Amino acid sequence: MKKFLSTGLMRGLAFQILGTLAGAGFVTLIRFLMGLKIWGWDKTTYGFTEPAWVFGGLVGVLSFLYGTRVLDDWLKWAAGKETHERHEDPPGWVKFFGPSLDHKVIGIQYTVTSLILLSVGGLFALIFRTELAASGLQFLDPDLYNTLMSLHGIVMIVSILLGIAGVMNYLVPMMIGAADMTFPRLNAFSFWIAVPAAVLLLSSLALGGFDTGWTGYPPLSARAPLGMQMFFLGVFVAGWSSILGALNLLATVLRLRARGMTAFRMPIFVWAAVATSIISLTATQLIGLSFQLVMFQRLFGMGFFDPAKGGNPIIFQHLFWFYSHPAVYVFVLPGLGIISELLPVFARKPLFGYKWVAMSSLGIALVGFLVWAHHMFTSGMNEYLRVPFMYSTLLVAVPTGVKFFSWVATLWGGKIETPTPMMFVLAGLVVFLLGGLSGPPNATVSTDLHLHDTYFIVGHFHDTMFGGYVFPFFAALYYWFPKATGKKLNEKLGHWHFWLMTSGMLVLTLWMMRVGLLGMRRRIADYDPALGFDLSHLVMTVAAFAIALSVLIFFVNVYTSLRKGQAATGNVWNSRSPEWQVPSPMPAHNYEKEFRVVGEPYDYGLPGSAYVKFED
Amino acid sequence: MRRIFVVAFLVVLVAVLVFLGLNALGLLPEQAAAQAEPIDWLLNLELMVISFLFALIIVPLVYSLVAFRRKPGETGDGEHVEGNTRLEIGWTVIPLIIVLIFAYLGAENLGRVRRADPQAMQVQVTGYQWGWQFKYPQYGIRSQELYLPVNEQVLFKMESTDVIHSFWVPEFRVKQDLVPGRVTEVRITPSRVGRYTLMCSELCGTQHAYMNAPVVVVSRAEFDAWVAERQAAAAAAAASGPDAARGEEKYLMYCKACHSIDGSKGVGPTWRGLLGEQVVLTDGTTFIADEAYILRSIKEPASQVVAGYPPMAFNAEAVGLTDADLADIVEFIKTLK
Ligand code: HEC
Ligand SMILES: [Cu+2]
Repeated sequence: MKKFLSTGLMRGLAFQILGTLAGAGFVTLIRFLMGLKIWGWDKTTYGFTEPAWVFGGLVGVLSFLYGTRVLDDWLKWAAGKETHERHEDPPGWVKFFGPSLDHKVIGIQYTVTSLILLSVGGLFALIFRTELAASGLQFLDPDLYNTLMSLHGIVMIVSILLGIAGVMNYLVPMMIGAADMTFPRLNAFSFWIAVPAAVLLLSSLALGGFDTGWTGYPPLSARAPLGMQMFFLGVFVAGWSSILGALNLLATVLRLRARGMTAFRMPIFVWAAVATSIISLTATQLIGLSFQLVMFQRLFGMGFFDPAKGGNPIIFQHLFWFYSHPAVYVFVLPGLGIISELLPVFARKPLFGYKWVAMSSLGIALVGFLVWAHHMFTSGMNEYLRVPFMYSTLLVAVPTGVKFFSWVATLWGGKIETPTPMMFVLAGLVVFLLGGLSGPPNATVSTDLHLHDTYFIVGHFHDTMFGGYVFPFFAALYYWFPKATGKKLNEKLGHWHFWLMTSGMLVLTLWMMRVGLLGMRRRIADYDPALGFDLSHLVMTVAAFAIALSVLIFFVNVYTSLRKGQAATGNVWNSRSPEWQVPSPMPAHNYEKEFRVVGEPYDYGLPGSAYVKFED
Repeated sequence: MRRIFVVAFLVVLVAVLVFLGLNALGLLPEQAAAQAEPIDWLLNLELMVISFLFALIIVPLVYSLVAFRRKPGETGDGEHVEGNTRLEIGWTVIPLIIVLIFAYLGAENLGRVRRADPQAMQVQVTGYQWGWQFKYPQYGIRSQELYLPVNEQVLFKMESTDVIHSFWVPEFRVKQDLVPGRVTEVRITPSRVGRYTLMCSELCGTQHAYMNAPVVVVSRAEFDAWVAERQAAAAAAAASGPDAARGEEKYLMYCKACHSIDGSKGVGPTWRGLLGEQVVLTDGTTFIADEAYILRSIKEPASQVVAGYPPMAFNAEAVGLTDADLADIVEFIKTLK
């Protein structure tokens, strides 16, 4: 226990609390000296005033970082002191609770944090999903409903960002034969800054919540309770994690590839990671900026989006979606990369059209930058903008189609095996297909006039998120769990997880689309019983519980398999990828001997071929 | 080759079945506006293509899983096929063409939805937290119900007094946001007599779910009768003095969302016993509430904010409440002891 309390994590959290109080106290003191209001209790003042809380929140984040000691080496360098080039992690579980420079430890830290947030965000969804099971308000009031719904959105988004960061961090250096990321300290920093960001986001629940959804559109967000500011600050800080993580990843892929690993000989997942990182590195600033502007509007009375002061609320939407649309591809490209990575292994065939699949990731990333205003067809923006955005949006279908056709062609004529990871890959493919196919009706302007802001959209994007992220993410966890732990996850529990989650997901999202078409608006705490949706919502709620149960089964699986799972230290899946050519779990600095790339990554079925050769 | 034929046949079969199945489900609410026709037409066309693409991926996928599954005891890998450039070009170019066709159709379709009738009747819509107000400038009347004559195009000019709202009647299909600080427009031609519901479809705060208004589409004759009735009622109200019953009506329409009359606390303070009660403002001043104070708090909410509440985010003028209306409301408040 004592050991746990003195970990970086616990020190950081203690520092965050103290830092927040100190920062808030400082502003309060200044306000007191200026003769301003310093204390109160209403929806924007919870004890401390709003400016005090915001400044306190910021100081809290910096204190957290200081408290975890993730800044120590940099501070020493600044003071002209020497540090070790490498740090050895303490043995056992302690290393996961403090700053480590090992990309595998950081990858696991990211992944576990992501799973925790997934559970929290899922819990929020279950709560309001239960409320929706029947019309009328049963146990939530509308404000709490709005807060839970908004938090569900943003917590899941952060969970996804951390999840992909986890998988990329863990896999990319191994796949390209690097001992670590290019900037290990920056890597640790990127993870640890996400923790106080998550704390900030969740703290909004205690500070009045916010009722704007994760989109935070002003003017509503300019009048929302104090929780809004914690949300803005949390997203702003989480953005740093994304940007710096992406920078590091790109530098790693550019600089640290093994000998002979030319661009088109990289594992396909690395391509997806690169495409994703390009987006994160260049677009994340915009969401931080747009939220910061509303923050300043609230704090300093700046009228960016306030029509009474000559501001324009629609500009916010442009800034916001300029990140938040490409962000969708940040979420799904790594997942699609996992699908492309695992299909050849389990079909025992080369990835069909490797170069096309690789280029399609870049294509999606590129076109993804040009489509943001399709979220705004009804917004009242200049009307002539709608048609060009319809064209660009529909274009996304082309590179996405290339992926689907190539996947199917990969399976065709294979010798297909379907252990749990492959089942999740296939479900991801099917669910993402549903998400993709429900896209074009939202892209053509006139049909979107009906569909916008309905449950159709909710169903559509839950399919893309589940198909593009959740299923592939779980596929990756089942697939690489032996690499990280030397144990295999239980297949039987894996099947339970799979069938519950897949059936729950299909019922839930298809039903969402159905009621949306019939007139169910999104983001409403209650609906008119005259619409006749009560039964549909009951079914959706049951489906949501099935999904929750499936995740619970996964956690049980992880727990029991870690304790007494089947040992798996070899090439469990008979893969050609370099990380499987050495025993599991992977040692601290990855490969003892360097390897050279001597062939194509996916030449399954070509006798005598090899992808990598270890130097003697 | 035989496999390809089997798959091609199954693709067509599944595509047709999916499309017919979706249509049999009844996917859309009834069509009650001229604008709904092109929209439903395009959606149906898209469904056809979607059904086909669904089958095109799912059928070979499932077929492969059955036909190319590794048999027990079998070893070795699949065929070593790395790709096929011609196929790849094909499934890049053909979708590209389809996409461009749909983008063109989409633009053309949007044009049809937006077709303007210069004779269209104007209705001014004001959205506010949390309700709707309709003004008919041509007739000098206003209403909380949206009465529309059938088969005549209506041009809605929409404004919001506070946050973004969105105007949507599912049976009319088209949707348009109301943005504070600007006027947005949408044109709708109701095509079927009946009662519908206007719903705010952009999250706008606490009572967003309940921000609805009744929509009544009637024949021209009935519409004219309704207009005459509203005009007469407005004239009568102007002639008589303040009236508590009319005040209560207005309370229910405009103020109930935030003010209770039973003493419970809402977004704003309760009105029970307001008159003659001691009021404490945020700046600390206290006094006894009288009629003048009540009128001032409605007309200039920012000038005096009750302690413990945010400033009232409600603009009586913008939603069209006249001095006579406010007098009615005050009359109603007087009855709340
Ligand atoms: C969006 C919510 C909202 C709506 C709608 C609303 N009010 Fe208010 N009202 C408030 C709030 C909050 C306060 C307290 C802050 C203040 O005094 O400005 C308030 C205060 C008042 C007061 C002062 C009450 C007191 O106890 O001193 C009066 C009078 C009043 N409102 C009248 C009206 C009338 C009349 C309407 C309808 C025509 C209306 N309000 C609609 C939110 C609302
Ligand atoms: Cu609204």
